[in-house]
Amino acid sequence: MAVDDRFTQETPETGEDEILGTRSEIITGPVADWATDFSHLEPEWSADPYLIQDDLRQRCPIARTERFGGAWLPTRYEDVAAIAYDTDRFSSRSIILSNFRPPRELAPIGGSPPISSDPPFHHDARKLLLPAFTKKVVARCEPATRAFCHSLIDSFEGRDVVDAAHDYAQHIPIRVIADMLGFPPEDGPQFREFVEDLLEGINLPPDERIERVSRLFDYLLAQVHDHLDQPRDDLTTYLIDAELYGRKLDPSVVTGAMALLLIAGIDTSWSAIGASLWHLAKTPGDRDRLVAEPWLLPTAIEEFLRVYAPVTMARLVKQDMHWHGVDMKAEDWILLSFPAANRDPAQFDRAAEVVIDREVNRHAAFGLGIHRCVGSHLARMELRVALEVWLDRIPAFTLDDPGAVTWSAGQIRGPRALPLRIG
Amino acid sequence: MKAQINPGLCQGHGRCYDLAPGLFGDDDEGYGRVLSDGAVPPEAERDARLAVLNCPEHAVELLEEG
Repeated sequence: MAVDDRFTQETPETGEDEILGTRSEIITGPVADWATDFSHLEPEWSADPYLIQDDLRQRCPIARTERFGGAWLPTRYEDVAAIAYDTDRFSSRSIILSNFRPPRELAPIGGSPPISSDPPFHHDARKLLLPAFTKKVVARCEPATRAFCHSLIDSFEGRDVVDAAHDYAQHIPIRVIADMLGFPPEDGPQFREFVEDLLEGINLPPDERIERVSRLFDYLLAQVHDHLDQPRDDLTTYLIDAELYGRKLDPSVVTGAMALLLIAGIDTSWSAIGASLWHLAKTPGDRDRLVAEPWLLPTAIEEFLRVYAPVTMARLVKQDMHWHGVDMKAEDWILLSFPAANRDPAQFDRAAEVVIDREVNRHAAFGLGIHRCVGSHLARMELRVALEVWLDRIPAFTLDDPGAVTWSAGQIRGPRALPLRIG
Repeated sequence: MKAQINPGLCQGHGRCYDLAPGLFGDDDEGYGRVLSDGAVPPEAERDARLAVLNCPEHAVELLEEG
């Protein structure tokens, strides 16, 4: 068998893309008017994006900002859905809104396929991943996930206050995705840094951002080499061996997909688990009801996903057009807020309330259309197991200090400090 | 009553096979599929309606048979 030399050349692709793309001026600081100057990276948004979104939905349902080189923020379900479905006019070439637009030539593959891909490539790349993330396949990870959750709670022994975001929620998806990719479990803390680098370092100077992104790709390449030397039954070996159009994948597609699974799988589930525990800690009625009626948990989880949807995506407008009352220009960003869509009163009764037995719940937390989150079945399993184990082991808990709860900045929203009183 | 899934709309969210596992299953890529001939027995009608009402893509349909 020929030696696999795809991964032996220098791989400067990240750096090159950065050089070829377009940069916009970095604008930070207080927002003047959310309808004309929004920024999802300012503290006011982190503190409570829903107040802002609810206000915009009424007075300016497609808001604008000149930051990030120009971007739009639709807050009605109807508009969010229309954009998610319209892959002809809105590209996924970059799904993290920043001050850097990757070169147009990056489409239809994008930097981290298939989330960054457009049709027709998207479908083929997605087909590679789907079989690894079906409900049946991820169910195989459930016993190990459950045991891991128990071990985390075992470690709380003797403590009256724990940080449910830092000491519990965070570790669960990190362990699960490390196991699936076949990375050493002790590398977990590093993954946390990679996630921060990519998702929260948006307004850093370009050089620093490039440096941080290359750290991730250096790590992934080292893992690829380890798997080339010792192939095993995990997603990394699967991607190395996978074929598309009769040949093996380009190295950038392999590492891009690995980066996607690592980054997209961690912050998101961590946020969903944390936000659910935060809600239950401050809502004793819901907490006690779920302890007494555990069969209600799957329904409650869908409601937590609706009302605390952690993920906002981005799109790039393909060409100048008049769209739903606004004049969009080619290369404008769209901040595609599934959380805002999920709280649109035109789509949901009692949209702003948390109704844990809501039976009809057509939420968009995992996206709509061809980019439906490939890890949604994994995320639901993690969220269910994390909450089942917590409620079983710690049925009574409250916020230790509501003022000490902090939330992430950027497109993934969840608690990052969540001190809970458990004893 | 008969259940059906529009394969042109289904994106594999899996709400149908979560909510009505007796009527729906998934294929090797996670897309929903109707089990057996799709006939909905009276005792499964409630679950079938929940599957319809919770599909984010509006891909699940129930056909009333005359």
